[in-house]
Amino acid sequence: MYRIVKAKRLADKIYLMEVEAKRVARACEPGQFVIVKMDEHGERIPLTICDYNREAGTITIVFQSVGASTERMASLQAGDSFEDFVGPLGCPSEFIHEPLEELKKKKYIFVAGGVGAAPVYPQVKWMHEHGIAADVIVGCKTKDLLILEKEMEAVAGNLFITTDDGSYGRHGMVTKVLKDLVEEEGRRYDVCVAIGPMIMMKFTCLTTKELEIPTVVSMNPIMVDGTGMCGACRLTIGGEVKFACVDGPEFDGHLVNFDEAMKRQQMYRTEEGRALLKEREGDTHHGGCGHCGGDE
Amino acid sequence: MDMLKKVPVREQDPKVRAANFEEVCYGYNLEEAMEEAKRCLKCKNAQCMKGCPVHINIPGFIAEVEKGDIAAAYKVLSEATSLPAVCGRVCPQESQCEGKCIRGIKGEPVSIGKLERFVADWARENGICPEPVKETNGIKVAVIGSGPAGLSCAGDLAKLGYEVTIFEALHEPGGVLTYGIPEFRLPKDGVVKPEIENVKRLGVKIETNVVIGKSTTIDELMEEENFKAVFIGSGAGLPKFMGIPGENANGVFSANEYLTRSNLMKATRDDYDTPMVAGKRVVVVGGGNVAMDAARTALRLGAETHIVYRRSMQELPARAEEVHHAQEEGIIFQLLTNPVEILVDDNGWVKGITCIRMELGEPDASGRRRPVEVPGSEFTIDADVVIMALGTSPNPLIASTTDGLEINKRRCIIAEEEYGKTTKEGVYAGGDAVSGAATVILAMEAGRNGAKGIHEYLSGRGE
Repeated sequence: MYRIVKAKRLADKIYLMEVEAKRVARACEPGQFVIVKMDEHGERIPLTICDYNREAGTITIVFQSVGASTERMASLQAGDSFEDFVGPLGCPSEFIHEPLEELKKKKYIFVAGGVGAAPVYPQVKWMHEHGIAADVIVGCKTKDLLILEKEMEAVAGNLFITTDDGSYGRHGMVTKVLKDLVEEEGRRYDVCVAIGPMIMMKFTCLTTKELEIPTVVSMNPIMVDGTGMCGACRLTIGGEVKFACVDGPEFDGHLVNFDEAMKRQQMYRTEEGRALLKEREGDTHHGGCGHCGGDE
Repeated sequence: MDMLKKVPVREQDPKVRAANFEEVCYGYNLEEAMEEAKRCLKCKNAQCMKGCPVHINIPGFIAEVEKGDIAAAYKVLSEATSLPAVCGRVCPQESQCEGKCIRGIKGEPVSIGKLERFVADWARENGICPEPVKETNGIKVAVIGSGPAGLSCAGDLAKLGYEVTIFEALHEPGGVLTYGIPEFRLPKDGVVKPEIENVKRLGVKIETNVVIGKSTTIDELMEEENFKAVFIGSGAGLPKFMGIPGENANGVFSANEYLTRSNLMKATRDDYDTPMVAGKRVVVVGGGNVAMDAARTALRLGAETHIVYRRSMQELPARAEEVHHAQEEGIIFQLLTNPVEILVDDNGWVKGITCIRMELGEPDASGRRRPVEVPGSEFTIDADVVIMALGTSPNPLIASTTDGLEINKRRCIIAEEEYGKTTKEGVYAGGDAVSGAATVILAMEAGRNGAKGIHEYLSGRGE
């Protein structure tokens, strides 16, 4: 069992948990993820590592309640436990292997969409700890959904916050901010790292292609085992099939077939909708979603 | 009684079982087992034992069954195998022990697998289990992977007094016994879990959720956690795809994914959270046991199910009993057929699979006649789920993160045949990680040999 030492609601439907997992905390690097499973009946859910404390042996995860499983997970409190917590999985971000002198010459811009601020954080923090001030754009729908602002501020070079509705920071999508920074404000970036919903990563890549900035994305397809044994998470990268869990999750964003990846992400839409409604409505659910045929 | 024929085994009716996940074969009862045991000629130079990869004393245990002393029969079995309830169910006996049985020359061979299964089931139901050793020797050995190879290696080492820890990447031990082989062939709570409990009872610790190569490495286990030797039984879990157009469409699964969802994650049950797509018309590509398992799972979820295989009936690599069961249940076999393209609808979902007819040409290097495409014979099968059961290869993760551990061009770990000694000192390997995908019992044999090798290595070093 893996004990939750801290559980905190960061924003509407967004939760942070710090979990005891000694082996993971000892071995993990920025860019990697874990798979958690709540209990005997739970499913295996991949979550990017948001922070780690090697001394305390803990891992911080941040998740958004988007379906039946994450909604149930949101109800866990400090002192509760996950039955299973495995990792670190996937490859670390490539920059951690680069010679520091080379890395210091490059100007990085991190682009985080929504809850994507969580997986961006450990990378920016790593940069900060190695004396590199990377710029960060954090975008969210509205002010209330902004997370980790203070934490990010502490490690970022310049932090640009933007909201879709203009309720805080700049106004508009992350792509607009990125374009403005380069074209209007004369900033230069050598590498862009974009993490967030697939649609946001897709459009960021279209923008950076135009701006000619090499771009790394962290893909979040459906996963089961997370160790390369099933191919549920397969993606087409530059015409080749890759498994996000072992070959990624980070890839050259300009080579990713996003349209295919987004279709694959929708594969269980009906099943997930059904499970969520069952969780919320319990026995009172009799097919209100119009998809599942009730309790037949 | 007709001594030329096996005592028939009771099975669930095909029509009934096609709609449930309960075990197909009920196995023998005591009377039937004793009756079948009489058919054994108790050969002095028993050929059946040569056919068994772990060399169970077959006439020896059958003699006890004939007497009705099942506890004694279990003791004989336990000397050679730590998973008899599993092997009695899933071994391809027709090409192993039963294939060599003298009875089989005229008539049917003795039903060795069903007798082994009966003895193991009886022992479990009567609370008989292997005895742990009283004292350990304090020497730590790590076993990577809790499949058949790892479990048998760990069991043997524990019996020799070692302090064994198995490291398993998934949340449940058992490897393919847990995630791969379905409930209707190998019940999990009834058979697999108790057999794993028996291995634990010998003193073996199992640490789940540890991915060697990620969570920690073999070098760290040896240098920092004081493990004096390591056995790698990590299997061959990497699925193959065909590389044909449309293969990434929604509704196309590797058999590993499909079976992991249904077996390990229990996605077929409403009270478990993991979803799976049942499909109305399912095409399974491949002809091995994994293909049969996937097809029969899809059938039980209500789909019309087709197996597409590029060679003919005779070359099907699956166990004869499973092919027979699949046919009885109504699986449609499309033989001498090979997929060329998966057809996708506007939503990105599979709508069919275009195949081409094959004919058998000259024998290839493996001695099997090579299938050759018949030009212009393409046709389409409508399908909303396609499952690729084309075989698997070893995961390169462990080798790529262990200094000095070499692999061959098929990505298999290089290990000496006799004891599984690898290119790295103190590290042994066996099972599918070394051979590529093979059988449960061959993995168990490799596990046993690995245990012998490790024992020899560690006792030699102590002197």
